[in-house]
Amino acid sequence: MKVTSQAFKANARHALGDPNLQKAMTNLRSGFVERRAHAVSQLPEWEALRDEAVAIKKHTLAQLDFYLEEFERRVVANGGKVHWCRDAAEANAAVLAICRGLGARTVTKGKSMIGEEMGVNDYLEANGVTPVETDLGEYIIQIRHEPPSHIIAPAIHLVKEQIAQSFRETHRDLDPARQLKDSRQMCDEARAVLRPRFLAADVGITGANFLVAETGSSIIVTNEGNGDLTQTLPKAHVVLASLEKVVPTLEDAATILRLLARSATGQEFSTYTTVSTGPRRPDDPDGPGEYHVVLLDNGRSALLGGEFEDMLRCIRCAACLNHCPVYQAIGGQSYGWVYPGPMGSVLTPSLIGVDQAGDLPNASTFCGRCEEVCPMKIPLPRMMRHWREREFQRHLPPRAYRLGLAAWAFFARRPALYRVAADWAARMLGYVGRARGRFRALPLAAGWTRTRDLPAPEGRSFMSLWAARQSASRSAQ
Amino acid sequence: MNPSRDQILGSIRRSFRRGPLAPEALAACETRLVTHRRNLIPERARTLPPRGQVELFVTMAEAVNATVTRVKDARDVPAAIAEYLARFNLPQRLVRAPDPVLDELPWSGRPLLETRRGVAEDSDLVGVTACFAAIAETGTLMLHSGAAGPTRNNFLPDTHIAVVRGDQVVAAYEDGWDRLRAARGGADGGVAMPRTVNFITGPSRTADIEQKIELGAHGPRRLHIVLVEDGEAS
Ligand code: SF4
Repeated sequence: MKVTSQAFKANARHALGDPNLQKAMTNLRSGFVERRAHAVSQLPEWEALRDEAVAIKKHTLAQLDFYLEEFERRVVANGGKVHWCRDAAEANAAVLAICRGLGARTVTKGKSMIGEEMGVNDYLEANGVTPVETDLGEYIIQIRHEPPSHIIAPAIHLVKEQIAQSFRETHRDLDPARQLKDSRQMCDEARAVLRPRFLAADVGITGANFLVAETGSSIIVTNEGNGDLTQTLPKAHVVLASLEKVVPTLEDAATILRLLARSATGQEFSTYTTVSTGPRRPDDPDGPGEYHVVLLDNGRSALLGGEFEDMLRCIRCAACLNHCPVYQAIGGQSYGWVYPGPMGSVLTPSLIGVDQAGDLPNASTFCGRCEEVCPMKIPLPRMMRHWREREFQRHLPPRAYRLGLAAWAFFARRPALYRVAADWAARMLGYVGRARGRFRALPLAAGWTRTRDLPAPEGRSFMSLWAARQSASRSAQ
Repeated sequence: MNPSRDQILGSIRRSFRRGPLAPEALAACETRLVTHRRNLIPERARTLPPRGQVELFVTMAEAVNATVTRVKDARDVPAAIAEYLARFNLPQRLVRAPDPVLDELPWSGRPLLETRRGVAEDSDLVGVTACFAAIAETGTLMLHSGAAGPTRNNFLPDTHIAVVRGDQVVAAYEDGWDRLRAARGGADGGVAMPRTVNFITGPSRTADIEQKIELGAHGPRRLHIVLVEDGEAS
């Protein structure tokens, strides 16, 4: 996928001025946020389950080499194959080789973030294989040639009128006078258009929410049933998965599954949880004849043992996006790569480099909501701070920013001087801004005032007010 | 040799500044894989008697838009299905999975109900399946592939009707796995996994357009459960 993370600031400014996006994003709060809160309130064991899930993942990551080898051993014993791929290029080549081996013309796809990371659609298309996305949201952005804006609801940035228009432009053989007013009609249209594609596809590609070492299985979780039609009907099922998806046992998967749907969509359980193990057996009446797992590293193995290892616990539930004030304001496409929101701000610089994505860790108010709601207790704010520090050490921030911080550090190390200077600055700003109570622009503070006003201080610093009040109450005693 | 495989495993070990697992750690992990140790299972279903689990299963399934009818005896299933189809104005024509449990039902007692035994096609509007277990915790059906269970039958028809015996209801997913291990135990104490295990909780749905929930995205629009109560554990 093309990276535009370098243009994060410009992207975000654009998003803030996009009325459709701003309207669509209001659906987040009533949808995901409220439904999650309700689901969590229905499960008294929530916190204990989080602790157990964290322990499972920590254990697995610490012995990841062992569990991956065990997983592979069982996949092979069940008649499947694991393709180890260091990077996207190797993974794409592996998928294409499978398609070529079967003479595949079209592949259906269930939603896969690893697929996005690989850019597998563009790659297949360039090599004469047509990929058809089948998750409704993913299908919508595919026909609009857009990247996803959310890791589980890729079209959440769109309003229904935009979707209706894309359907009219794409489904040209349908009656132009048909009604496409509401989500029901569009959902039915997509179902009717995609059903023959499912039946015609030669290869089905899905992602994986889990790989199970005990059995050599992959697990996907969907609501639409598209992932199941995708993997059941064609000649081969190809699973795209990254290393950290593996868990030891079916019991371990069950524990984390209890957190996943509740955190993601606020459901008690997703509609379809599907455990797939190897190709069709001799007495099976249906199912794919081949089962492949494309196992992608893409920089993850290097994160182990370091300060970003915790990020590999992520189960891609999107709770941190849904609860992030920055994400809510600008949507996902501003982040410029596959993963948006707090988890993207940590993961993107880890996977594609801080030089490309150095602005992302700054897209945080450090309100801490993301860590609070993260079922896997990933310390997202702390890790964003790590990236900020690293970026600062690399002297990437602009000169004025560095000078300002250096000046602040000078005063901060001299508390008495700091108090005098802060009080003086507060009085000055209060005096200058007294008429309107706020500043529209301030020298050296354009980064703030370009998009917000700065309230004028009441006239004195907190420390000087505090000192005044303390001495007043002392004299009153 | 596979250079990518070696490099990935090598990179993992380099990150941890170690070689392959030491014997002690190795033994602990190997034990973990074969003992099927359970983690915390929520109280909700675990402490209920079997009767209570069945009631919870029904409540949870209905909460996710499945419908349920109860019959006293397996022989009443075809009539219950015919009535359900009539109530929703659906065709009296169905494909049923080639499952001995369904073969035994008295379909011929409903001459107006056309049934075909086999694998579902795109043109089949109504499909009937049995199930392997039912999970009370979330109102979830557990089915698996095999000679008696083509996977397509769970997804292609617009209406999926599942026949569940009361004694198939268990508290939690973990109980479902234990039953599968008991039914299909492998030589090494593990389980001979079917190609697919489907956990199904309500009919297909999507909220991809403006977060509005619509049923019947790609899979069944309706999920109907016929619960046979005579099979209930007492
Ligand atoms: S970081 Fe946590 S909250 Fe965010 S997607 Fe990953 S698991 Fe979910």
